[in-house]
Amino acid sequence: MADASLAMTGPRGAKPKKTLSGRNIMLYGILIVVCVYYLLPLWVMVMTSVKGMPEVRLGNIFAPPVEITFQPWVKAWSEACTGLNCDGLSRGFWNSVLITVPSVIVSIAIASINGYALINWKFRGSDIFFTILIFGSFIPYQIMLYPIVILLREMGIYGTLWGLILVHTIFGMPILTLLFRNYFSAIPEELFKAARVDGAGFWGIYFRIMLPMSLPIFVVALILQVTGIWNDFLFGVVFTKPDLYPMTVQLNNIVNSVQGVKEYNVNMAATVLTGLVPLVVYFVSGKLFVRGIAAGAVKG
Amino acid sequence: MSVSGEADAIRTTSAARPRARWTRNISAKIAAVPMILTALVVFLGGTIWTVVYSFTNSKLLPKANFVGFDQYERLWSQSRWLVSIENLLFYGVMSLVFTVVMGFILAVLMDQKIRYEDTFRTIMLYPFALSFIVTGLVWQWILNPDFGIQGVVRDWGWTSFTFDPLNNPDTVLYGLLIAGLWQGTGFVMCLMLAGLRGIDEDIWKAARVDGIPTWKTYVIVIIPMMRPVFITTLVIVASGIIRLYDLVVAMTSGGPGGNASQVPAMYVYDYMFQAQNLGQGFAASTMMLLSVLIVLIPWAYLEFGGKKHG
Repeated sequence: MADASLAMTGPRGAKPKKTLSGRNIMLYGILIVVCVYYLLPLWVMVMTSVKGMPEVRLGNIFAPPVEITFQPWVKAWSEACTGLNCDGLSRGFWNSVLITVPSVIVSIAIASINGYALINWKFRGSDIFFTILIFGSFIPYQIMLYPIVILLREMGIYGTLWGLILVHTIFGMPILTLLFRNYFSAIPEELFKAARVDGAGFWGIYFRIMLPMSLPIFVVALILQVTGIWNDFLFGVVFTKPDLYPMTVQLNNIVNSVQGVKEYNVNMAATVLTGLVPLVVYFVSGKLFVRGIAAGAVKG
Repeated sequence: MSVSGEADAIRTTSAARPRARWTRNISAKIAAVPMILTALVVFLGGTIWTVVYSFTNSKLLPKANFVGFDQYERLWSQSRWLVSIENLLFYGVMSLVFTVVMGFILAVLMDQKIRYEDTFRTIMLYPFALSFIVTGLVWQWILNPDFGIQGVVRDWGWTSFTFDPLNNPDTVLYGLLIAGLWQGTGFVMCLMLAGLRGIDEDIWKAARVDGIPTWKTYVIVIIPMMRPVFITTLVIVASGIIRLYDLVVAMTSGGPGGNASQVPAMYVYDYMFQAQNLGQGFAASTMMLLSVLIVLIPWAYLEFGGKKHG
C-alpha cells in the first residue's frame, strides 16, 4: 500500500508484459516444437496418400507432392484387396456405419435410462449393480470374450452385426451410465418431485423432463461412443466374420497383408480414410470432446 | 449403505400407494434389467466362468475337466508368455513415466496464460481421437527403414545413419513407445491441465507473497496437491496399457523374430481363437485380470477407503 500514492500519479494497472521476453520465446518455442511432433504424422499420412508410387519411392516422405493425384484414394476406397475381396475399404466403411449407428443409439438409450433409474428410482441393490459395472470397466476385456462368444452363439447372433452391436452396448454401458448418473444427480430433485405430484410416472418424467434437460450430456455421450466404436478393433475381430469386418480391421488387413507389392500411397490413403470419421467428430465437437473424455476418465 | 438406500426407496415412492415390495417401482426395475444382466451375467458371471474354466484342460471347446494348476504351470513355462510379460512391464513402466511426466510438463506450459491455448490443445489432443490401428500404421510408415526417417537422413548424405526400431528385436518396444506416446500424451495433458486449473488461485498468491519461485511452487506445493489427479491418471493409463493389443497388431504383429514384441493380450487372443487351446487362453486372461486387480484394489482403497461412496 506504500506506493499507492505513487501509482495514482503514474500509469494505472499492472505493468504490461513484453510479448518478446526470453521466457515467452522459450515457452512458445517448446510448444511449437511439440506441435510439430504431433502434426508430423498427419502431414506425412496426407502427403503420402496424394503422391504417385514412383514419387513415393524416389522422394522424401516429409516433402509435399510434386504432382497431386487422388488415384490412391480411389484405389483404397474401391479396389484394395483383403483376401479374396477386392472391393476396397468401402465395404469396411459401410460395415462400420452399420455397426456404429445402432450401437451408439442403443447404448446411449440404455445407459441414460440406467443413470436416471440409479438417481431417481433407487431400488434395493441398485448401487451394487452400479459398482459391479464400474469395476467391470477396468477388467481386461479378454477375460469376458469367450463367455460372450458362448452367449451370442446361444442367442444365435454370433458373427452377425447384431452380436457386435450388443457387445458394444454392453461394454459402453459402464462409462455411459456413470456419465448420465453424474449429470442427472445435478438436476434439482424438486423438479422430479413436482412431476411425481402431478402424476407423471417413470417414463413420463424421463421423456418430458430428463431428456429435454440433458441434451449436452447426450452430445458428449454421442461423441464418446462414435469415436470409441468406430476405432474398435478387438471386438470387430472376435465377434464378426470377414464379410462384416469393421473398417479398422479391414484397414489392418489391407496394409499388413504380406502378398503383393506394397503400395504405400494406397495404404496411407486407406489410413486417412479410416481416421477421417473420428477426426471430423473431434474437430467439429471441439471442447465437448475434451469434456467427454474428462467426464469419462475422472470417475466417481 | 442399506439404511440410506431404504430411505431413498421410501422417499422416491412416498407418492405412490403402498404395494407389494417387488412391484414397487416396477417400471424402474424393468428399465434396469439390461444393466442388471450386464453386471451380473456378463461382467461377474463371465469373469467367474473364465477363471473357473482356466483350471480345466479345455482345448477346442470348453470342457469341465478340472486339472488344477496345470494350465498355469504350462503358461509360466512358455517363453512366449514370459517375453509378453517382460515386454508389458517394460512398455508399461516407460509409457507411464513418460506420459505422466510429459503430460504434466505440457500442462504446466499450457497453464502459463498463453495465447492460442485452444489451438495448441486441439493439436496435442487430436491423436487421441484416432484408433491405435491408424496410429500404428502411420508410425510404421514413418519408421519404415527405406522410405521413413532413416531413408530421408541417408538421402541427405549420412549414409550410415541407422534408425529402424521396428525391425530390431532389441529396440522394437521403443518404436511402439514413440507411437503410443504420440497417441496418449495429449489426453494426460488435458487431465493434468484440468487438475492445475482446479487449484485455488490463493495458493499461487500465497506462494508469490512468500517469494517462492514458480518452479519451486510447482514441485513443493502444486504436485503434492494434485496427488488425486496423478493417481487417477496412473490408474487410467495403467489399465489401458494392460489391454495393449491393437497397436502391436498394427505395427509389428508381435515380431520381429517371432515374438520380440508379444504382449499378453495377443497371447490370449491367439490361444483362444487361433490355436484352439482354450485352457491356455483362459489361464492367460486370468493372469491379466490378476494384474489389473493389483493396480485397482490399492487405488479403490485409497479412493473410497475412508469415505462412504454411492
